[in-house]
Amino acid sequence: MIEGILVEGLIYGIMVLGVFITFRVLDFPDLTVDGSFPLGAALMAQCILMGTNLWLGLLIAFIGGVIAGVVTALIHNHLKVPNLLAGILTMTMLYSINIRVLGNRANVPILNQETILSQVSDRFSGLIPDEYILLLFFIIVAIVIKVLIDLFFRTDLGLTMGAMGNNEQMVISQGVNPKTLKTIGVGLSNGLVALSGAFAAQYLGFADVGLGQGIIISGLASVMIGEFLVMKSNRIGVLTFCALMGSIIFHAVVYLGRYYGYVIKMTPNDLNLIKGILIIILLVLTQSRKLKKVALKAMVDK
Amino acid sequence: MIALKNVSIVFNQGTVNENQALSNINLSVKEGDFVTIIGSNGAGKSTLFNMIAGSFVPTQGSILLNDRDITREPEYKRARYIGRIFQNPLLGTASNMSLEDNMMITYKKGFKWLKRSLNNRMRDFFRSELVHLNMGLENRMKENLAMFSGGQRQALTLLMMVLSKPALILLDEHTAALDPKNAQIVLELTNKFIKEFNLTAMMITHNMNHAIEFGNRLLMMDKGEIIFEAEGEAKKELTVEKLIAKFHDLRHKNFEDDKTLLSDE
Repeated sequence: MIEGILVEGLIYGIMVLGVFITFRVLDFPDLTVDGSFPLGAALMAQCILMGTNLWLGLLIAFIGGVIAGVVTALIHNHLKVPNLLAGILTMTMLYSINIRVLGNRANVPILNQETILSQVSDRFSGLIPDEYILLLFFIIVAIVIKVLIDLFFRTDLGLTMGAMGNNEQMVISQGVNPKTLKTIGVGLSNGLVALSGAFAAQYLGFADVGLGQGIIISGLASVMIGEFLVMKSNRIGVLTFCALMGSIIFHAVVYLGRYYGYVIKMTPNDLNLIKGILIIILLVLTQSRKLKKVALKAMVDK
Repeated sequence: MIALKNVSIVFNQGTVNENQALSNINLSVKEGDFVTIIGSNGAGKSTLFNMIAGSFVPTQGSILLNDRDITREPEYKRARYIGRIFQNPLLGTASNMSLEDNMMITYKKGFKWLKRSLNNRMRDFFRSELVHLNMGLENRMKENLAMFSGGQRQALTLLMMVLSKPALILLDEHTAALDPKNAQIVLELTNKFIKEFNLTAMMITHNMNHAIEFGNRLLMMDKGEIIFEAEGEAKKELTVEKLIAKFHDLRHKNFEDDKTLLSDE
């Protein structure tokens, strides 16, 4: 059970890192995610069925996500469409595209196919207890991606992107086109989300066009849980770590709801409601914590 | 250096809200000039700056920088050689990032690549520059800018802008939002940097005393026009009373808001 939660938390954690980039770093609420997650899953499933090199499949899924994000950014930048609407547009279009990628089907099983996960399991079975192989694999994957993101945000380009969500005027004043930064950031974010989708499809054993439903809510809730648990920091390494932790905790909560919710007469259909309420509770808690801080500061200043 | 030729801006042209914000402005700023600009609210001072910086495109006329037409160049491209400081001290820096990160972002203008330039040599350089501000900021390199006061942030914005060596700097009432003590400090730093680095500058101020005290040229604006100009010796002889009298002679009315103009901010 615990390794199941951790693995799920880490797989979806890659998506949470993507959501973190758009929501927190760029201040660009991007709903493309609901479409790019199943896009990654669909591309990966198709690659597996076609017998493409599996790592190439991951790359294709990532690039697919990047393109989806770039489309959203371009719609927003050049047609002066609000970012939310631009994301919804791409997401809606992706629904049709995803069905096409899946070969005009809504669901494609890849249970008995060779996947990266089955390869990894075969390779290390016997060396490590079976239930921990995938956990170890995803810990490594998540750490590698996290470190790469941290490195990116310490480059000159990454730093400038960090200023973007806080102060767009400052970015303009430095002679950088904010549109370019948005395109890069939203593209990168959706690439990560699609990559997460590609891993999710292999873990679940199928790709489904409905996989992405409510993904943005899961991502946002995870980001917020992570922020709530750990103090605010200006270090990107801490922030990405929080995002991953938030994802694990979020999936633990969802897991509990899914398997023990019947105690309070909850059905799996209630999960979306619970996720929404969880976000609202977090918002309230963050708000009251902020107010407390302001009150404290006022007292100290006196 | 920078020249405005017959520039006009009309907002909401052809509607009932039509508003002539600038009309037929002709202005030539030479290298090394420090121009102060005064005028009542709605005189078009900020619109003038927004147009020079590229936030607004003029309805007619052209803007030349060293004889190159930049009338239609977007703001972010012009920012590579035009530095700008706003009244709001938060607009020049990113609150959620550390001082050293902010300085790294603003150190070089133009598109940033996947290079990691922030190293210890760079940090030492930033520290040595921060000493000039005399605010003890050199010991707070890792702190978020949200922890700094408005005056500190404005002084920092000024320093970082100077380090990027712009051809022209635009100061839009950059001390108006600060308390008197900090406003004085930032203003003195401004004057010091402009002299030290021989910068070309334009400064909007609501304080007539400052407009007279600083710079070698003074412009008075009203209703989208430049109505009075003084340079060099003529400017040195100006007093607040003379300026107000001048305004009265030219416009046959009183400065609507003498109070704001005369305030010490």
